[in-house]
Amino acid sequence: MADFDSELDASGLNCPLPILKAKKALQGLASGQVLKIIATDPGSVKDFDSFAKQTGNILLSSGEEGGKFIFFMRKA
Amino acid sequence: MEGKKLAIIATKGTLDWAYPPFILGSTAAALGYEVQIFFTFYGLELLKKKMDLKVTSLGNPAMPMPMPVPVLMQALPGMQSMMTSMMKKKMKAKGVASVEELRELCQEADVGMIACQMTVDLFDYSPDDMIDGVEYAGAAAFFEFAGNADICMYI
Repeated sequence: MADFDSELDASGLNCPLPILKAKKALQGLASGQVLKIIATDPGSVKDFDSFAKQTGNILLSSGEEGGKFIFFMRKA
Repeated sequence: MEGKKLAIIATKGTLDWAYPPFILGSTAAALGYEVQIFFTFYGLELLKKKMDLKVTSLGNPAMPMPMPVPVLMQALPGMQSMMTSMMKKKMKAKGVASVEELRELCQEADVGMIACQMTVDLFDYSPDDMIDGVEYAGAAAFFEFAGNADICMYI
């Protein structure tokens, strides 16, 4: 999962900022493009899953790397 | 969640209670909800250009304190300001957004903000003290939106 069009580093931010910043970043992308999101808020794991379900954007992957949470989301 | 609506009534004007309406409003908007927040009584503080929100442990024994402080001491002059600045410091350290930032995010996301005209008059507030884009209306206007809302909360 290395290909992405844009990256958002939401490290250090707490709920609901990672979601709100991701929403803004997705607005700048075209349909089908992929946003990589880095977050440190443990609540963001469930939140990005819920965000994708409710907005139609596709959560391609959700994982943890060296204490950070990495998400790849494809814009609907 | 296109087509869904969230209606919130915000009645509290302390730093801690300022968070729920702005967090839920901005998040719902990000999920595609149409959102309106109706501010009444002390909730009107959240619409002021210059917010000066405080937090207090008085009457709130559940508030975590770095050390136990007897209730009578909590009422001493300066204690409220001290607790407020400690709370703000802690929030910043934990990456919690400021109320100002969350309010801006709500405005950017077109969250509708309605000030209760009756309480604006009651407290002699002027629209000049309030942020731009606020509508002034009453209970009937709230129901026009809330009557069709999927979720309605009283905070």
